[in-house]
Amino acid sequence: MPQTISLLLENKPGALLRVTGVLAARGYNIESLTVAKTLDPELSRMTIVVDVEERLKTQVIKQMNKLINVLHAADMDETPSVIREMVLVRVRCSQETRTAVLQEAGIFHARVVDSSVEGFAIEATGDPGKLDEFIDVMRSYGETDVVRSGALSMSLEAKKIRLQPPVATPLAVSTI
Amino acid sequence: MQTETGKLMTGAEILLECLAREGVDCFFGYPGGVTLPFYDALYDSHIRHVLVRHEENACFAAEGYARATGKVGVCCATSGPGATNLVTGLVDAMMDSIPIVAITGQVHSKLIGSDAFQEADTFGITRSATKHNFMVKTVKELPQIVHEAFYIAASGRPGPVLVDIPKDVFQALGHYTPVESIHLPGYKVFTEGHAGQIRRAAQMIWESERPLIYAGGGVVAANASAELTELVNFANFPTVCTLMGLGALSAAHPAYISMPGMHGSYAANMAMTEADLLVALGVRFDDRVTGQLSTFARHAKVIHVDIDPAEIGKNRTPDIPIVGDVKRVLQKLNRNMQEMEAEAKQSKANPRAAWSEKIAGWKAERPYDRPRADQEIKPQHLMDEIDRLSNGQAIVTADVGQHQMWAAQLIRFNEPRLWINSGGLGAMGFGLPAALGAQMARPDKLVFSICGDGGFQMSIPELATIASHALPIKIVVMNNGYLGMVRQWQTLFYKNRLSAVELDHFPDAEKLAAAYGFRGRTIDKAWQLTEALETAIREPGPYLLNVRVSPEENVYPMVPAGGSISDMVFAPAEPVEVV
Repeated sequence: MPQTISLLLENKPGALLRVTGVLAARGYNIESLTVAKTLDPELSRMTIVVDVEERLKTQVIKQMNKLINVLHAADMDETPSVIREMVLVRVRCSQETRTAVLQEAGIFHARVVDSSVEGFAIEATGDPGKLDEFIDVMRSYGETDVVRSGALSMSLEAKKIRLQPPVATPLAVSTI
Repeated sequence: MQTETGKLMTGAEILLECLAREGVDCFFGYPGGVTLPFYDALYDSHIRHVLVRHEENACFAAEGYARATGKVGVCCATSGPGATNLVTGLVDAMMDSIPIVAITGQVHSKLIGSDAFQEADTFGITRSATKHNFMVKTVKELPQIVHEAFYIAASGRPGPVLVDIPKDVFQALGHYTPVESIHLPGYKVFTEGHAGQIRRAAQMIWESERPLIYAGGGVVAANASAELTELVNFANFPTVCTLMGLGALSAAHPAYISMPGMHGSYAANMAMTEADLLVALGVRFDDRVTGQLSTFARHAKVIHVDIDPAEIGKNRTPDIPIVGDVKRVLQKLNRNMQEMEAEAKQSKANPRAAWSEKIAGWKAERPYDRPRADQEIKPQHLMDEIDRLSNGQAIVTADVGQHQMWAAQLIRFNEPRLWINSGGLGAMGFGLPAALGAQMARPDKLVFSICGDGGFQMSIPELATIASHALPIKIVVMNNGYLGMVRQWQTLFYKNRLSAVELDHFPDAEKLAAAYGFRGRTIDKAWQLTEALETAIREPGPYLLNVRVSPEENVYPMVPAGGSISDMVFAPAEPVEVV
């Protein structure tokens, strides 16, 4: 069962590589990864979905927390959290099925972003499992092309909200 | 210290200013194309530079320096091959948690990524070989990065930090701005330990009937020997020190058992197996100590103190986890122990006495093997003699393999930071350059570099460095003509099919040493041993003593890989008929 790890890390060159390195060194394949800077431009928020053996899960997260560039890494499956993903689907459909495709898109609260004689480009967001269903439905109408964003996660624990930029720690080296 | 602020300096000069302010008095390196501006600035500096003969040894020497003193060791290499040659040393420092700052040159910023001459992706290559690494992009950020590098290397769980500096940053002009604070929002160091957990730990120790203190490299790194000794002294709690922790408790202390693990003593491993409480201090439950984890110390509750939260529960789930600096935690633990002493000391005094007696019984029943022969020099005989002559006071460095295990078993260390070896990584060729670094740091100390004939030949070039600085290192090659430990495993587990382990053509030690301008000698008779070692020690300069020992000797006791540590294999009474 893949797990979702959410990280807050410094927005610095190489930081991404350090995080993914923890997984790669142990032979784990990343299923999805999203990263973007936060309100504080010095920091990034990253969500990784990866299938890590149960036994090693805690160790992997501890190793991530140990990285100098990582402020916080947490297993989202252990806290109340919301996980969302976005998908773009191009579906080729016939004149007869166009209305049906639009109706189905409506059921999934998806939005048409492009319409042509060949079919539609549709954007949908939601729980990753729900998006799987949406993609299956679209595929039943004809040829499709699918791009997924990968999961985004946010903890719903109030105390996890981070409003202040980090404060610098005084240097402990006596010679300076 | 504001005076320098106004002065315009080159990046190279700024780097030297940073090193000076960090208290660096000596570092190890090898110059090259892109570090030319740095070495030019070094020309006017008071900081001592030791020109090694291979960059790998610069890192090993910096480790020797750091291990002998506890200070951050510094090494320097040029871009490309210089930097890649450092990698083994960096990983070694990573595995043994040794504070190192490595400075590497990088090609000009404009050339990065163009496959320029001597370009390598040092930042990428060393990412997993270091605790952290930096690439400097502008001269402005140089002081901040260098001071952060030292801070990261020395604080928390120590480790190697690499700073990659492009040539143009060395050349660029800038100011040295004193660094008042570090900005590492993601770097968390937990030093204090949880007061409630520490109190519970003290209680658990007093309540246990068969306690065992299991002390490791973390005690040495935290300079916590005095605190450890204080804890042991509360009730002479039996103590084992791991390979990395030898000397953390003086080997002369009556409560000291010996090293546990794959080649640990019978008493240490039996104590581990039968203890009802392990007080694990700065250890990582390494596979070479625990053997099969499921049967390791299966009757014991575990108190685990470590500064690295990732070590807690990695291999063994503790009953009382304490994340903190071993020194700080032990100070508090000892205070709690003392408060409870009057009430608690007597309640388990009898079972504890019986436990100590049982351990004494194991010690007497099966001490380490110390075979002697009339003619041949047994390797154990060699270690015993070094032990006698060093009297628990000398620095001893080792590589990896049979000589390392015999030295760890038989040479006693009365202080920490005397025993310097490649523990986690097991890097051959480590001992000689490490001795170089250690002797540089501790000119007052007698330093033995004990090598195997394999490892010695990996670091022969450093004989030149040792000679050039007239370092009075006593190089003792335990020469069995084999890659001994590999040969031992081939003998025991591969039907004695000896494949690629025979090392013929060892150079004539006397001539080799003479070629470098110092004395050397080869001995192969038991009666020569004492006199030869005494001669080496008396020699004011370096000395190379090549000791031909019994080639077929195996290290015992031995726990076969993956076995339980209570299932030790001992030396056969008669020489084995090998099939």
